[in-house]
Amino acid sequence: MNLKNIGYRYEKEWALKGIDLTLKAGEILGILGPNGSGKSTLLKIMDGLLIPQEGEIIIRKRPSQGLRRSAFAREVAMVAQENHFRFSFSSLEVVLMGRFPHLKRLQFEGQKDMEIAYNSLKATHTLDLAGRSIHDLSEGEKQRVFIARALAQEPKIILLDEPTSFLDLKFKREIFRLISSLSRENGLSVALVSHDIDLVAHYCHRLIMLKKGVIYATGEPDEIITAPNIEDVYECPVLVDKNPLSGRPRINMI
Amino acid sequence: MSYEYSTKKILTPAKVISISIIICIALTVVIGIALIMGTANVSLKQVFAAFWGTLAPDESAWLIIFKIRLPRIILAGLVGFSLSLGGVIFQAILRNPLADPFILGVSSGSAFGAVLAIFFGLSFNLGVPLMSFAGAVFTIYLVIMIGSRNIGVESSTILLTGVIINAFFTAIIMFFISVSTDARLHTMLYWLYGDLSQSEYSQLLFITPFIIISSIVLFSFAKDLNIITTGEENAAQLGVEVEKIKKLSLLIVSLIMGLVVAFSGLIGFVGLIVPHLGRMAFGSDHRLLIPVASIGGAIFLILADTIARTVISPNELPVGVITAFMGAPFFIILLKKRGSQWTRS
Repeated sequence: MNLKNIGYRYEKEWALKGIDLTLKAGEILGILGPNGSGKSTLLKIMDGLLIPQEGEIIIRKRPSQGLRRSAFAREVAMVAQENHFRFSFSSLEVVLMGRFPHLKRLQFEGQKDMEIAYNSLKATHTLDLAGRSIHDLSEGEKQRVFIARALAQEPKIILLDEPTSFLDLKFKREIFRLISSLSRENGLSVALVSHDIDLVAHYCHRLIMLKKGVIYATGEPDEIITAPNIEDVYECPVLVDKNPLSGRPRINMI
Repeated sequence: MSYEYSTKKILTPAKVISISIIICIALTVVIGIALIMGTANVSLKQVFAAFWGTLAPDESAWLIIFKIRLPRIILAGLVGFSLSLGGVIFQAILRNPLADPFILGVSSGSAFGAVLAIFFGLSFNLGVPLMSFAGAVFTIYLVIMIGSRNIGVESSTILLTGVIINAFFTAIIMFFISVSTDARLHTMLYWLYGDLSQSEYSQLLFITPFIIISSIVLFSFAKDLNIITTGEENAAQLGVEVEKIKKLSLLIVSLIMGLVVAFSGLIGFVGLIVPHLGRMAFGSDHRLLIPVASIGGAIFLILADTIARTVISPNELPVGVITAFMGAPFFIILLKKRGSQWTRS
């Protein structure tokens, strides 16, 4: 996926301006930036939910303009930050919703869709939750079910908006390991927005740092996670050292 | 372990069809009961004979069955079907289990159109339904416009909007009733409280095709509606053409609400009670919920109307009294439950 000179504004002021970015196959891209820097907007543009006023998006060498919603959903899946289910659906039903862009209007899910749904549940270790109502799951379990739904879409790209914000340490680690293994084993491209800088530094191949709607810096975690960058973008003094085990950068609040 | 992939665990067309057939059988039984019940005595034997063609058309039982009770039962069925279908669609699109054409003020908006039409002496065959439809569309537009900032996130905004619109239109209706003095007054009042006794076959022929086509189109949106209940952005992410589905379904629902209100007046709570029972029994999947709740709505209103015309026999109650009598407590129970989830059990 290629984004070329993207500009987007909700009203008068540009929320994003001059964004160029490429998401390669099998890559995990982390998008960092303080609140209101345009991270979620960027993710929505990548998912075709917002149409940028400037620039264009190329998916697999074709411009995304005029692509039907369902065609887009077969290429790109999104795991949103929050999901509100007003009515009760079982986890299996939720994951089967991921098959929607592949089904015709009056078509019901068949054997093949069931197989895909089960494999998605298996990949996210949620097979034992299949029959349970989404209302009865913990936040960590829900998040994994939504990742399973995204997998059931059989996309080439998965976007995650703060996938670990409501989770405790154990689930945070689990979600990032899951994302890692998906990109490694299935060749999926992943773009994720997160405030967990340490985890992002540990698991992402490449990072983008946004400040006030423009790309402040982009590169490998070592190049991006530096004290001057963080202090400038987040307006918060930090000390950056290396994780003794992995050698990846680690931030310490001062 | 191929049994894991069995479609037995999920909704299949066979399941939808077989459950619908079972409910249709229940509907037939209820129609049979409704044909027997009433001030004049008609036996089950006579009902069978009438449909078998062995009962002479000049016998009083034949006349009661075909001229009085059957058209009324069919109208009750169609009205119940539509109100319940309307409830299901509103609840899905507004993502609010308490949404119902009556509570949202769509029925009263529609009634306002109809009262205006009656006041100006328009015909019951074209003018009244047309104005009633216009009233329904206008009200839905108002509700969405006023309540849209928080649609689904905060259900009270939508309900409050409905209450306000209801009060407003009721006031206008009262105004028109107050300034009407002649025979129109009686027509308006009687009709307003939900009157199914004026049913004629010509009316039934007029509304049936609309209701059938509308329900088929709405059924074809079932999968989209499932996903819309989980959030509009969510639905767009999964490839649903949210705006198109939303606008089309609301327009279609307004159409059938307009027709139904024009021919039956204000009958409340059907669109709340029946879809909710349907969800409790069969889950939230609209591919099953739409047929189940619609046919269930027909059964419910036929039963309610049968009670309405027999409980103080030989006098009759407007059916709206019966549905409100049952519906109001039901609504309070649901409202109290609102904080928790809307689960199957």
